[in-house]
Amino acid sequence: MAGADGDDSLYPIAVLIDELRNEDVQNDTETQLYSLKMYSIIHIFYNTIYDEDEVLLALAEQLGNFTMLVGGPEYVHCLLPPLESLATVEETVVRDKAVESLRKISQEHSPVDLEVHFEPLVKRLASGDWFTSRTSACGLFSVCYPRVSSTVKAEIRQHFRTLCSDDTPMVRRAAASKLGEFAKVLEPEYVKSDIISLFTALASDEQDSVRLLAVEACVSIATLLPQEDLETLVMPTLRQAAEDKSWRVRYMVADKFSELQKAVGSEITKNDLVPAFQNLLKDCEAEVRAAAANKVKEFCENLPEDNREQIIMTHILPCVKELVSDTNQHVKSALASVIMGLSTILGKDNTIEHLLPLFLAQLKDECPEVRLNIISNLDCVNEVIGIRQLSQSLLPAIVELAEDAKWRVRLAIIEYMPLLAGQLGVEFFDEKLNTLCMAWLIDHVYAIREAATCNLMKLVEKFGAEWAQNTIVPKVLGMANDPNYLHRMTTLFCINALSEACGQEITTKQMLPVVLKMSNDQVANVRFNVAKSLQKIGPVLDSNALQTEVKPVLEKLATDSDMDVKYFAQEAITLQS
Amino acid sequence: SDLTLQPPFRPHSTSSSSSEKVDGFTRKSVRKAQRQRKSQGSSQYRTQSAPVELSPLPQLKDTPSAEQQELFMQKLNQCCVLFDFLDSVTDLKSKEIKRATLNELVEYVSTYRGVLVESAYPDITNMICTNIFRALPPSDNPDFDPEEDEPTLEVSWPHMQLVYEFLLRFLENPDFQPSIAKRHIDQKFVLQLLELFDSEDPRERDFLKTILHRIYGKFLGLRAFIRKQINNIFLQFIYETEHFNGVAELLEILGSIINGFALPLKAEHKQFLMKVLIPLHTAKSLALFHAQLAYCVVQFLEKDPTLTEPVIRGLLKVWPKTCSQKEVMFLGEIEEILDVVEPTQFKKVQEPLFKQISKCVANAHFQVAERALYFWNNDYILSLIEENIDKILPIMFGSLYRISKEHWNPTIVALVYNVLKTLMEMNCTLFDELTSSYKAERQRFVTKTFFVYNSLCLRLRTPTWS
Repeated sequence: MAGADGDDSLYPIAVLIDELRNEDVQNDTETQLYSLKMYSIIHIFYNTIYDEDEVLLALAEQLGNFTMLVGGPEYVHCLLPPLESLATVEETVVRDKAVESLRKISQEHSPVDLEVHFEPLVKRLASGDWFTSRTSACGLFSVCYPRVSSTVKAEIRQHFRTLCSDDTPMVRRAAASKLGEFAKVLEPEYVKSDIISLFTALASDEQDSVRLLAVEACVSIATLLPQEDLETLVMPTLRQAAEDKSWRVRYMVADKFSELQKAVGSEITKNDLVPAFQNLLKDCEAEVRAAAANKVKEFCENLPEDNREQIIMTHILPCVKELVSDTNQHVKSALASVIMGLSTILGKDNTIEHLLPLFLAQLKDECPEVRLNIISNLDCVNEVIGIRQLSQSLLPAIVELAEDAKWRVRLAIIEYMPLLAGQLGVEFFDEKLNTLCMAWLIDHVYAIREAATCNLMKLVEKFGAEWAQNTIVPKVLGMANDPNYLHRMTTLFCINALSEACGQEITTKQMLPVVLKMSNDQVANVRFNVAKSLQKIGPVLDSNALQTEVKPVLEKLATDSDMDVKYFAQEAITLQS
Repeated sequence: SDLTLQPPFRPHSTSSSSSEKVDGFTRKSVRKAQRQRKSQGSSQYRTQSAPVELSPLPQLKDTPSAEQQELFMQKLNQCCVLFDFLDSVTDLKSKEIKRATLNELVEYVSTYRGVLVESAYPDITNMICTNIFRALPPSDNPDFDPEEDEPTLEVSWPHMQLVYEFLLRFLENPDFQPSIAKRHIDQKFVLQLLELFDSEDPRERDFLKTILHRIYGKFLGLRAFIRKQINNIFLQFIYETEHFNGVAELLEILGSIINGFALPLKAEHKQFLMKVLIPLHTAKSLALFHAQLAYCVVQFLEKDPTLTEPVIRGLLKVWPKTCSQKEVMFLGEIEEILDVVEPTQFKKVQEPLFKQISKCVANAHFQVAERALYFWNNDYILSLIEENIDKILPIMFGSLYRISKEHWNPTIVALVYNVLKTLMEMNCTLFDELTSSYKAERQRFVTKTFFVYNSLCLRLRTPTWS
C-alpha cells in the first residue's frame, strides 16, 4: 500500500498524531482544535490511500464509530465529507459500509444539524451524476425523514420518487429494496398517495431484478395498510407477481410466502393465497417449486384455524403428494425437510391415513438427502403417532444411509443415531442398530470413526454403564488386538470418550489394563496415544491405580526412542503430578 | 485436478450411483458426463390451456402472388404457437409443420422482393417476439464454469434457430424500412434482446450478436439507448452479480462500434472506457472475454492517444495480485497497447509501468515472467525502451540481475540473460554503474544478514557462519 515512495505523504499525519498524543484537552477551544486536527488526519488519510478498496472499506466502517473522537455529537458532521465520497465509490461493499456508517451517525446529529449538514448531503447524493451516489442516497432517506421539518420531508419524498423511476436499473433496484423501509417512516396518508404508486410501478418494471425486490416491499407495505385497502391497493400487484413471467419473481413470492400470508391476513389468504400457493407448488421451474415446498408447513400452520384442515386436505395435500415424486431431487428434499411437521397440524388419524404413505415413500427415495431430511425430523411424527409405525421402513433406510458411499452422508446419519436410539428404545437398538454403530468404528474415513466414537459416548449416556459393559466395551476392547494400527487407536479414542460415562469401576478394571498393555505397541502413534489416553482417563481413576499402574508406564514411555511419545508422556506426567 | 471436493448436499447435484464415486468425491468427468446427458433447458414453454394442433398450409411458392401476402400472414400466425421441447414425444407432427413453415418463411424473406409491406411488420415482429423473448431458465448448474463445463443448450433450438435466422433475414432484406420497423423494434424490443445475451447457449448468443449489430447499424435512434443498456449490463455484471454469459459477444459488438466513434470522443465514451471497460478487468471470469475487451481498449487508444496514460494507470490499479493466469492476460494487453502507443504518451507512463513489469519479470510463476520478458522480442517496444533507457534500466536492473542468478526456471534465466545483454548494449556505462552499485548494495545486505544471524547464534550458543 503506502510503499517506499508513499512515505512522504504520510508525514503530516505523523506530525498531527504526535501533537494529539501530547495534548491535554481541557476546555472547549481545545476540544475544537482537537476535532479539527482529527478531521485533518481523516482527510489526509483519505486522500493518500484512496485507491485501496480494502483500506476504504475499513475506513468507511471506522468512521461510523468516530463521533467521540472528533469531539462528540456537536462535531459529528465533520465526518460527513469523507463518508460522502466513500458513498460514491464503485466498489459495492465500500459504498454499503459508508451508507451504514452514515445511517449510524445520522442518529447522532441534532435535528438542526441534520437539516443543515446531513440532509443536503442526501440531496447531493440523490442528484449525483454517476449511479453510485444515487444508489447510496436510497438508503439514507428513511433515517433522516422522521426528524426533519415538513418542507424538507416533501423534498425527500420527491427525491425518492425520482430515484424510483431512475433510468439505471441499479438505482431502481436500490430504491425498490428500500421501499418497505421508507414506507414505514412515512405518514399513513403518504403511504397511500406516494408509496402505492411507486410500488405498483416498480412491481411492473421491465427488469425482473427490480420486480422481485418489490415483492419484498410488499410485505412491509401490506402491514402498514388497513385491511380494507389491501384488496384494491396491494393484491392486484401481488397476484401479478405470483404469475410473473420471470421465474426469479415467482421464486421470490414463494420464498416470502409466509411473511406475505401474515401481512395480508386470513381472509385474503383463503381466497387468494391458497390458489396462488397451489400454482407455485406446481410451477414449471424446479427452483420455484422447491422454494414453495419449503414453505408448506409454515403456510399450513398459519392458515385460519376454523377451516385449516379442510383447506389442507382438499387443496394443499394433493400438490404435496405430487411433489413426493417430483423429478427434481432438490424439490423433494425441500419437501422432506418440512413434511413431517404437517402431522402435528393434521392429527393422528389423518397422519396415518394420508401422510404416512408419503413419509414411507420419501424414506425409500433414491436421493440420500431426502431420506436424511425425513429421518432428521422424526421427532415431529413421534409425538403424533409414535415412531413404531415407521420402524419397518425406517430400518432399511437407515442401513442404506449408513453404508452410503459418501462419507458426509454416513456422518449425517451417525449424528441422528442417539436421537433414533432414544425414540426406538434399547431393545430395538440392540437388535438392529448396534452392529451398524460398531461397524462405523472401523470405517476408512477418520471423520466417521471419530463421529462413531462420539456417538458411542452419547449412547452410553442414554442407556447407562451396565448396558455399555455388556454390549459395547467388550467389542471396543477387542479391537486393541487388531492388526491395523488405526483400529487399535480407535480403541484408545473410544476409551477416552467412554471412561467418564462408564465410571471408575469399568475404567479401572476393564479399560486400564488394555491401555497399559498397548504401551508396548510397535507403532509410535499408538504409544503416544496411550500417553494421551492415560492423561485423559486419569481423573476417573483412583490415586492407587494412578501411582502403581499408570505412573510406571508413563515413566517408561517418557524414555521412549520416539520424540512424540516422549513429549506426550512427559506432558501426562506433569499434568498428573 | 480432475477431482473436486463436492459439498454433501448441494442443490441440483445429480445423484449418481455409488460405483461412480470415490468416497465423498465425484470424478469431475463423471459429473460432467451426467450433466451433458441432461443439459438442455428451456423456460419458454408454460402450460397452455389446450394443446394446439397445426395443420399444414399450402406452400407460398405454389400460391398465386396475389394471395401470397395473406398466406404469409397466416404462416406467421401459425408460427406463434409454442411447443414443449422438453417433452420429446408429443406434438411431433405439429412441431415438424412449424419447422417446415419457419424454413419457408426464412426463404421467403430472403429471396422474394416486395414482401415487406407495411402491414406485415406488426405480424412479423409479433411472431419473433413470441418465440424468442422469454425468461431464461435457471442454470442447471449453479456453479457453472464456462471454461470447464458444457453449457446448457436451449432445448427448443430447432425452432428458435429458424426464428433468429428469420429475424436476421428480415433485417437484411433490401426492402427493410427502419422508419416503419422502429414502431416495433423499439427500446423495449432491444431491452428484451439484450437480456437474452445471458443465454448459456453459445449458438443463441452468436445470432444475437449479429442481430444486435444490424439493429445498431440500421436504427440511429436506438444507438445511444443500446450503448447505455450495455453499460448497465456491464456495471451490474462487475458490481452486483458477477454473472452474465454474453459479455464477450457484447464487447465484440462494442469493438466495432468504437471504431466508428467520431472525434473528438464524447465524454460519455471516455466515461465508458474508464468506468466500465477498465473495471471489467477485475472480473473473475476475465479469461472468457479478455481478447474482446483488450480489442476495445486498443480501439479507444487508436482513436485518442491521450487516453493512454489514464488507461495504463487504470490497468495498473486493478493489476491482479494473486492470479497468475490473469496477470499473463494483462501483460498481453499491455503489449497490444504498447504496439500502438505514441512515444510522447509512453514517456508519461513508463515509470509506473516498468515498475510493474519489473515485478512481473521477477514473478516466481514462470509463465508470468516469460510473458513479460517476451516484450523484449518486440521491435517497437525495444525502440521505446532504447529511447528511454536511462529511466527504464534503473527500474528493471535489480529484478533482472537478481533473477538471472536466482530464478528456478532455466528458460527464464536464459531469457533474462538475453534481455540483460540487450539492455547492456543500449547503455553500457549505465549498465556497469548499476552492476557495481547493485553488488555493493547486495554486499551490505549480506553483511547485515550475517551480522544479525551471528548475533542470534551467539545468544543461542550455536556455531556461527564465518
